[in-house]
Amino acid sequence: MIETLQMPSILSESFETDTKLETKNVNAFFGKTQALRNVSLRIQKNHVVAIIGPSGCGKSTFLRCLNRMHEVAGGSMNGTILLDGEDIHENDPVNLRRRVGMVFQKPNPFPTMSIFDNVAAGIRLNGMARKNHIAETVERSLQQAALWNEVKDSLSKSGMSISGGQQQRLCIARALAVNPEVLLMDEPASALDPISTAKIEELIYELKKDYTIVIVTHNMQQAARVSDETAFFYLGEIIEFDNTKKIFTAPSIKQTEDYVTGRFG
Amino acid sequence: MNKMKLSITGDKVFKNTTMLFAFFVFALVFLMAYEMVRGSELSLRHFGWKFLTTTTWDPVADEYGALPFIFGTLASSLLALVIALPLSIGVAIFLSELAPRWLERPVSFLVELLAAIPSIVYGLWGIFVLVPWLRNSVEPGLIKSFGYLPLFKGVPYGFGMLAAGIILAIMIIPIISSISRDVLQAIPKTQREAALALGATKWESTKIVLADGKSGLLGATLLGLGRAVGETMAVTMVIGNRSEISASLLDPGHSMASVIANEFAEATTDMYTSSLIEIALILFAVTIILNVIARLIVWSMTKKFKTT
Amino acid sequence: MKNREFRNHHWRKSKNTIMTTLSILSVLIAVIPLFLIFFYTLAQGISALNIDFFIHMPKPVGENGGGMANALMGTAILIGLGCLFGLPISIFAGIYLAEYGNNAFGQTVRFFTDVLSGVPSIVVGVVAYILVVIPMKQFSALAGGVALAILMIPTATRTTEEMIKLVPPSYREAALAIGIPQWKATLRIILPTALKGITTGILLAIARAAGETAPLLFTALGNRFWSTNIYHPMASLTVFIYDYAKAPFDDWNRQAWGAAFVLIVLIFIVNITFRYVTRGRYADNQN
Repeated sequence: MIETLQMPSILSESFETDTKLETKNVNAFFGKTQALRNVSLRIQKNHVVAIIGPSGCGKSTFLRCLNRMHEVAGGSMNGTILLDGEDIHENDPVNLRRRVGMVFQKPNPFPTMSIFDNVAAGIRLNGMARKNHIAETVERSLQQAALWNEVKDSLSKSGMSISGGQQQRLCIARALAVNPEVLLMDEPASALDPISTAKIEELIYELKKDYTIVIVTHNMQQAARVSDETAFFYLGEIIEFDNTKKIFTAPSIKQTEDYVTGRFG
Repeated sequence: MNKMKLSITGDKVFKNTTMLFAFFVFALVFLMAYEMVRGSELSLRHFGWKFLTTTTWDPVADEYGALPFIFGTLASSLLALVIALPLSIGVAIFLSELAPRWLERPVSFLVELLAAIPSIVYGLWGIFVLVPWLRNSVEPGLIKSFGYLPLFKGVPYGFGMLAAGIILAIMIIPIISSISRDVLQAIPKTQREAALALGATKWESTKIVLADGKSGLLGATLLGLGRAVGETMAVTMVIGNRSEISASLLDPGHSMASVIANEFAEATTDMYTSSLIEIALILFAVTIILNVIARLIVWSMTKKFKTT
Repeated sequence: MKNREFRNHHWRKSKNTIMTTLSILSVLIAVIPLFLIFFYTLAQGISALNIDFFIHMPKPVGENGGGMANALMGTAILIGLGCLFGLPISIFAGIYLAEYGNNAFGQTVRFFTDVLSGVPSIVVGVVAYILVVIPMKQFSALAGGVALAILMIPTATRTTEEMIKLVPPSYREAALAIGIPQWKATLRIILPTALKGITTGILLAIARAAGETAPLLFTALGNRFWSTNIYHPMASLTVFIYDYAKAPFDDWNRQAWGAAFVLIVLIFIVNITFRYVTRGRYADNQN
């Protein structure tokens, strides 16, 4: 069991130099229940890492630990998480979250704001930008989120007035506007129709060039399509972490194989 | 690094600011008590406990005793409770046990709307509708049939304890019945189902529910009583405003709240004002105590059923 | 044997019917005064209302006609003052209870807020008299405003709290996840989202304050003349009703009904609006 946590030798070379995020022996708790046990994982820069596993396996908790959003829900953790080699707990969570953005399962644009204001919210409320800068950033973020062409004539409309898939891309644009380095996505397409889902997946592929992405998904085809590496979680533990292709074609652990072939979970 | 400090400080400043205001709301109750004790110092010193037990209320001689008002408040509130309690429980049973959902909401709303009518409008209605009705139709009948009882002796003025009691009853029914409804609804459905499954009638299962909710219903009653004790305008307008103690429901009386409403603005001497403030202080203490007990009962009751 | 069982069963069933009837009867008895008061006020009030009523001043004692323009203005100013003093306190206290109030202190504040709502309004008037009228040596609208503020605080605080709690947590998460500090998320994201509910809740508190008479009797006092000076006595709709109801002139009594009608319509509109708005809220939350 423990052995499986060691990285395959082919990959370990490049890991040394290009690690963006690293977790060491992370345990997470909600009250008395332990949601994560000893999770250690390295995430490379400009890679997409998918996290899969049955519901309740701790994959969302893990994602939230990466930008300390678990604290908002009253959770706690121990162990170390390094972002560019720095312990994320040594910094203010507000600053961390500017560097490590997050997109949620259900699109949640701010209901009282226009499309423009939604995207601008982060920079404005952080006091990060000057006036002329804002319009530029909003356009760039919407373009990055592949939404610009669809909404450029209706920027002053409510963020709630567009379709669910567009709302989710709006939320991605909103997250990108503060210029993060890492993007965490918690089942970003699970509430969307297949066409919107395909758009989001395409987008992830594009965003990889500029960002490091960690995506939680219960959809294994999606994990196989979008990610470079995949981690399989079960009961709060990381069972296997490897190249996505390997996980889905030749996993080294029986449990992983059972899960990816649909025999349990 | 600087920015990090800023956002943490921002959170702290904001939290502490809001906490300050929350503390102010909490402190307000104590501030009110303190101010009234200070304001009634003169009369507290001069009359002592005698204030509560003497019946003289003589601004000319500057002699004050609050017993007639205490009696008036107690009598009118208890009379109101006697009328309102059975009706309120009936309403609560209807809303929580009998009414279908489509009927429950509008009826609840109507009852709550009754609570939103200002006291002054009840008073107005009391003067022009209730009092004449009592004077012309009800009280002569009462005197004729029950006049031998001290409770119904006297002249049909219309204005008096009976009018005050009735108007208070109308005003506290919405309070007692809506809290009682909440109490009854908090009791788990299984209690009723168990009874019904044993072949109990609806009324028999309701009796079990009522027994379960006993303490909560007591809390609701105390809250209603607290409201009746402090109610001012409607009572002032129909009670007759005479500071005498009488056994008859038909006689005019006075209540603690009504004497303050009537005389405060015209109180000429310091002792007069101070005595009126002391009456306010007594009123405050009584309603606070009633409210604290009632809310503790209701809270612990609904909590008990929430956790089980 | 069989017969007795049957009789017993019969008796139980009749008892059930009797109690059900009594319960329905008490609903009718409880609701009848609402209709009596409402329709009586409607009937009496409408005949008293005309344009004069809203734009004219009271006529001297004994003369017919005139209006209550000063009382309408006075009530508006008194409520304005009440909001000015009461709302900032209520809104911040409400924010505290919703965002940080999950502890012993929050629970205590909540408890005392509820207790405060049970303090008779006449007592609040006495307190405002001690706090404002005595030091200023004069009855004033300011004192009335302070009294109304104290009366508004419990309702406004608790509705602010409840409405903030109804905002789905996902909005807060979204804000925090893009690095907005918590306090800014509360003020700029959560509060605007809850605004509709808070506003109607506050309207409810205002409607209640507009109907208060007792705390104004010896603070704002009353005024038969036009006055917008908050350091002087000021007229109000409710004190106007009180004075005119006691007066021995038919025309004044009629005007009292007119004012009562205006007041009731105002309060019912606000209550129905609140009902409508919060119902939508709860439905949103369930989905």
